Amino acid sequence: MTVKLKLENVSKIFGPRPKKAISMVESGMPKEEILAKTGHTVGVYNASMEIMEGETFVIMGLSGSGKSTLIRCLNLLNRPTSGAIYVDGENVVDYNKNQLKYYRQKKIAMVFQHFGLFSHRTVLENIEYGLEVRGLSKEERQAIAQKHLETVGLKGYENKYPDELSGGMRQRVGIARALANDPDILLMDEPFSALDPLIRREMQLELLDIQNRLQKTIIFITHDVNEAFKIGDRVAVMKNGKVEQIGTPEEILDKPASNYISEFIRDIDRSKILQAEHIMTKPYGLVSLKDGLNVATQVMRENGISSAFVTNRKRQIQGIVTIDQAIDGIKQKKTLQEVMSTEVKTVRPDDYVQDIIPYVLDSKYPIVVTDEDLTIKGIILRVHVLASLISDNIEE
Amino acid sequence: MTEFPDVRIPIGDGVEKFIDFLASHFDAFFDFIFVISSSLIKGLEAGLLAIPWWLFIVIIFLLGWYFTNLYGGILFSFFIFLIGTFDLWPETMTTISIVLISVVLSLVIGIPVGIGMAFSKVMSTIMRPILDAMQTMPSFVYLIPVIFFFPLGNVPAVIATIIYALPPVIRLTELGIRNVDEEVVESAQSFGSSTSQMLMKVQLPQALPTIMAGINQTTMMALAMAVVGSMVGAQGLGERVLYSINRIDISLGFEAGISIVFLAIIIDRITGGIARRLQKHRRDAA
Repeated sequence: MTVKLKLENVSKIFGPRPKKAISMVESGMPKEEILAKTGHTVGVYNASMEIMEGETFVIMGLSGSGKSTLIRCLNLLNRPTSGAIYVDGENVVDYNKNQLKYYRQKKIAMVFQHFGLFSHRTVLENIEYGLEVRGLSKEERQAIAQKHLETVGLKGYENKYPDELSGGMRQRVGIARALANDPDILLMDEPFSALDPLIRREMQLELLDIQNRLQKTIIFITHDVNEAFKIGDRVAVMKNGKVEQIGTPEEILDKPASNYISEFIRDIDRSKILQAEHIMTKPYGLVSLKDGLNVATQVMRENGISSAFVTNRKRQIQGIVTIDQAIDGIKQKKTLQEVMSTEVKTVRPDDYVQDIIPYVLDSKYPIVVTDEDLTIKGIILRVHVLASLISDNIEE
Repeated sequence: MTEFPDVRIPIGDGVEKFIDFLASHFDAFFDFIFVISSSLIKGLEAGLLAIPWWLFIVIIFLLGWYFTNLYGGILFSFFIFLIGTFDLWPETMTTISIVLISVVLSLVIGIPVGIGMAFSKVMSTIMRPILDAMQTMPSFVYLIPVIFFFPLGNVPAVIATIIYALPPVIRLTELGIRNVDEEVVESAQSFGSSTSQMLMKVQLPQALPTIMAGINQTTMMALAMAVVGSMVGAQGLGERVLYSINRIDISLGFEAGISIVFLAIIIDRITGGIARRLQKHRRDAA
């Protein structure tokens, strides 16, 4: 994977003489004191990160943490006070007026929290806007806009005005408008925060779906941990204008970098973030078909378990044999193939824990994790599932 | 020490000298303005008078119907009919032409100035006290210099009317553009709009309802200047009012005065209707 966007020590300070205030931040003076003394507001300080092509990168933080300021630096709605932002290797902070216009028209588009729609234009005209600015002919841009309108499921609403639509539909227009420009990078500033929870979940799933198809580089802002971990391939947590930690959701859950982050993730629903591959253990107690029943009983005795999974040579799952079945089989001189049960519940490595829980509750035996051609990747015991749901950082 | 010391800063004299200077050195320029505006007014007046009275009433009815409702149309055309019965038809057409020309010129000057003020803090800071002065300075004060530049008649009235009626459209254009939702402006920026695309495609259309309110105010104030304008020789209904004041003719005074009120109501409702129509998409939301 290639790096699409690279931020190097980006700072943004609001006020009449921002460069002066930077040295105060460097000396470690807290934000509030700088504001009181000089009237400068520290939006973002010294943010560095690399965002990969095709990645969904979430920036998470509470209000005032600088996340919206940071995302606005990426398309230069906010000009960084210092630092560099490389997009495909070019520092966009150095762009002149025309280069900036080109960059915004072709490479990067943004979706806004309160939609930022043009109330005097119809839905279709809103979606056309970016193409109109680029100077496409009316027929061309209408055709493209129509296509994207249908992608977001708003066919039939072409000639409505934004004020006639519900919040969820308005944000669909916002997304279609951004996608119509076919940008490499999609900035989303708390796009679903203004929506009610049901619509929000629907939109999140739809975004994941769109992302699967289009593979854009998405930078997504949210204050909601669950949303961040659900959507993000990687997540950056911000606090007071600084980046506290960057990592995959699992890394952050596993090793929170500070108490602040531990606090932040305490209420999170882990079963929706952790996947089978995060909680499974290495498969043990496996028996190959060719080994036969004697080996099977021996394996079970050695491991102190009452059942064993049966595989073929390629380590593909074939079935499960219990100790009782094995002993009966030996007495009746049957083969392993004859006595084993072929009904084994398998899950994929990327299944979420919340979807595995019912199987674990139903089954007396461990659950097998396999990839698509049934090769065993690991096994999950009931205890693994339970352990995964408990936060490591409970301090009461 | 209770009296103010005997110091004199002769600002008034300075202004007088400045006006003298302008009048003597730029007379060609003022002649040019005179010819343009007086022919505009004359042309419009002749055009309005060429319309048969019944057709004019029908036009007012249709405009009233389209921009307000059927009763509006009926009421407005009845107003015009009444004015006709007062025997004030030509005077009314003259007043309408003076008001329309004043308003059009006010918009031509006011909207660009308002846009400039919305974009430039410096311009806004400079213009604000000037607008305050234009609105509060008694109009008679600038009537005096205006007649220095132009012969008595409709043109100095138009100039005085513009000075008086210009501020609302400037202020409301500035306000309208400044009040466009920040996220909407940001979203237009994020698509790489140029400054002019931003202005024409987003800021002006978004500010249009506010600008329309300004245009409406400007029109009302222009009508209110009809009587004052007649003091520098403007024809029309104002001149009739002035005439009846001199003759203490209550009947004529009332008829001319109520005709101005009728015009005001008709113009206000019709421009208001245009404003509502322009923001139809917002009304539907509720």
